[in-house]
Amino acid sequence: MQHLSWQPDIADWRPRLRALHTSTTDTGPDPWPEAIALANARLDFTRTNALDDVVRKRYGATRPKDTGTKPIKLAILSSCTVAHLHAGIRVAGLRRGIWIETYEADYGQYLQELLDPTSGLHAFKPDAILLSLDARTLTQGLHAALTTQDADHEFADACARIKQCWDLAKTAFGCTIYQQTVVDVFAPLLGNNEHRLPGSKNHFVTKINTWLRDAADASSVDLVAIDAAIRTDGLNTWYDPALWDRSKQEINPAASPMYGELVARLIAARQGRSFKCLVLDLDNTLWGGVIGDDGIDGIIIGQGSALGEGFVALQTYAKDLARRGIILAVCSKNDEANALEPFEKHPDMVLRRTDIACFRANWDDKASNIRAIAAELNIGIDSLVFLDDNPFERNLVRGELPMVGIPEWNDEPALVPGILAAAGYFESLGITDEDRLRTAQYQENTARESFRATVTDMAGYLRGLQMQMVWKRFDTLGQSRVVQLINKTNQFNLTTRRYTDADIDAIMANPRAFGLQLRLLDRFGDNGIIAIIIGRMVNDHDLLIDTWLMSCRVLGRGVEPTTLNLIAAQAQALGATRLIGEFIPTKKNAMVRDHYTKLGFSETERTEDGHSFASLDVTHFTPAANFIDVQEGF
Amino acid sequence: MTADTNQIYADLTEIFNDVFMRDDMALTPTLSAKDVAGWDSFKQIEIMISVEEKFGIKFNTREIDSLKNVGDLASLVAMKT
Repeated sequence: MQHLSWQPDIADWRPRLRALHTSTTDTGPDPWPEAIALANARLDFTRTNALDDVVRKRYGATRPKDTGTKPIKLAILSSCTVAHLHAGIRVAGLRRGIWIETYEADYGQYLQELLDPTSGLHAFKPDAILLSLDARTLTQGLHAALTTQDADHEFADACARIKQCWDLAKTAFGCTIYQQTVVDVFAPLLGNNEHRLPGSKNHFVTKINTWLRDAADASSVDLVAIDAAIRTDGLNTWYDPALWDRSKQEINPAASPMYGELVARLIAARQGRSFKCLVLDLDNTLWGGVIGDDGIDGIIIGQGSALGEGFVALQTYAKDLARRGIILAVCSKNDEANALEPFEKHPDMVLRRTDIACFRANWDDKASNIRAIAAELNIGIDSLVFLDDNPFERNLVRGELPMVGIPEWNDEPALVPGILAAAGYFESLGITDEDRLRTAQYQENTARESFRATVTDMAGYLRGLQMQMVWKRFDTLGQSRVVQLINKTNQFNLTTRRYTDADIDAIMANPRAFGLQLRLLDRFGDNGIIAIIIGRMVNDHDLLIDTWLMSCRVLGRGVEPTTLNLIAAQAQALGATRLIGEFIPTKKNAMVRDHYTKLGFSETERTEDGHSFASLDVTHFTPAANFIDVQEGF
Repeated sequence: MTADTNQIYADLTEIFNDVFMRDDMALTPTLSAKDVAGWDSFKQIEIMISVEEKFGIKFNTREIDSLKNVGDLASLVAMKT
């Protein structure tokens, strides 16, 4: 089996792990970055276990500090043996810089532990629960002689049991729930038309996996779609009947690194830690040949050759990623005019200049260009994936910028979409209207930048943008975008509190709180929802700004004071005389450290770790002048 | 030992070192689970899967159940490769 096929082989992996193992515990540099680096290699399950062992021995009960990510306590509730899956999950978290602590309910006791408030599960207080129910347990009452009616009854019963677990977990912990789909372990009895046998266990699994899609969505449960992974890799890769008989392992230990990947990428996505942008090389990556040497008629792209079709398939996949919200950028060693020519003139190119939010073709080294792309798009370097056929360039960028996602390349371009998909860089929990329009929004930003260059004074520029801020309270229509922003905004985020749908429901239902979604439009287009505010009364006169986050796309446009005007008005309506601003420092939000004092708040409290509060009297609040027209409604 | 057997022992040593996170595993034909700290049923499965992958072979349940020590494992590998 190919383990983590997109990851590079690290030749000196073993000596590096031994060095990590013997490194002194408290002196010397923190081994966390080295541990992350070792996790980002093509690991089989033995190496995964070894790395997990070393990392756990190094950190023991204390978790590493300053990871810049949220540590997660994950409880695994299962009806079969899953002890061999923990290491894969933890190491896949490590791969993303996330510390995952795992707990496993006693064998087969998942329901009892959910129900019993004195259980180990309740003591563990999970942030997330992974429910992994084996196919045999779910199909217990089923057999081939059952009537349709009895089989339907069994099916409804199994669905109800799964639903019950979700409901219990939600009530007890209000936590994120991950549901593993069911492994198709049963040999068919009829054959091709297995679905005509009511009591077929094989077909039951197909049906329940279909049901799970709708049911999970309705209950805000995220699926660990192991059935989809099995379709790609083959059942034998994931499941070995002899191992089930030996140890009741439904997931083959050899597949545990990939299982961990599926789980950890969901955890990362919930923290807004999925990658956001695909940076593409050009020559021999998007087309065959070298545009500077071969010319527009000589490069291989499009119909007429198998290789050209392969590059079309790759470009089509990239274009579809862009259509669903992934930003595309180009980073190529080329003269810009040469590099642009195929995008503008070649009839068979799928990707066009307008699909690329940031285009850098020059002779600078690629690490510098990738830094520049991140800066121009105003996103973290750790949200970039870099696709390049050239191992030299990949290694150079890996060395300089280890946080960039860099998949291995395959000389068969038609196979590259599969590699990108297997890597799961762009794991997303849903799709919003903003996602669909993202590339267009980045291009509008480029237009704004050019406009700025033509205007000499800032006020003139801001006035000329003809900005309109349209706001409304949280509502069910905009909820998915609100939750998405709350969970992925890292930089302009005062408190970085992550909320679930249930939390947002609670805010909407609370008469002494408000949640605001702000949209910004200007002459170049609609920036979409760009800010989220949550305020709540903490006593009769103080309104705490629990959450204030903003998209970095609209920095420097005077949105902040306009937003404050709005918050003050909302707070006054609730009877507040004072606003309390809170700042919780993270690795990524240093840009807003002085946010409140800049807006005229006075700091009232600051702890050693930088967590601070500031207040502003709103009894005599005078709204700041600004260049933004404010309206309620959308 | 023959050259082939030597190679099998060298490959098995590498696997055992990886599985038990050690540098110093000295494999002898009579070495068995009771001689190695941490060699439990899960480690046994880990060893079997690693050996299968390393040599590109597959053991069946009867074969795994018949193994008493490293010598048995090396002979089984020699027979199947």
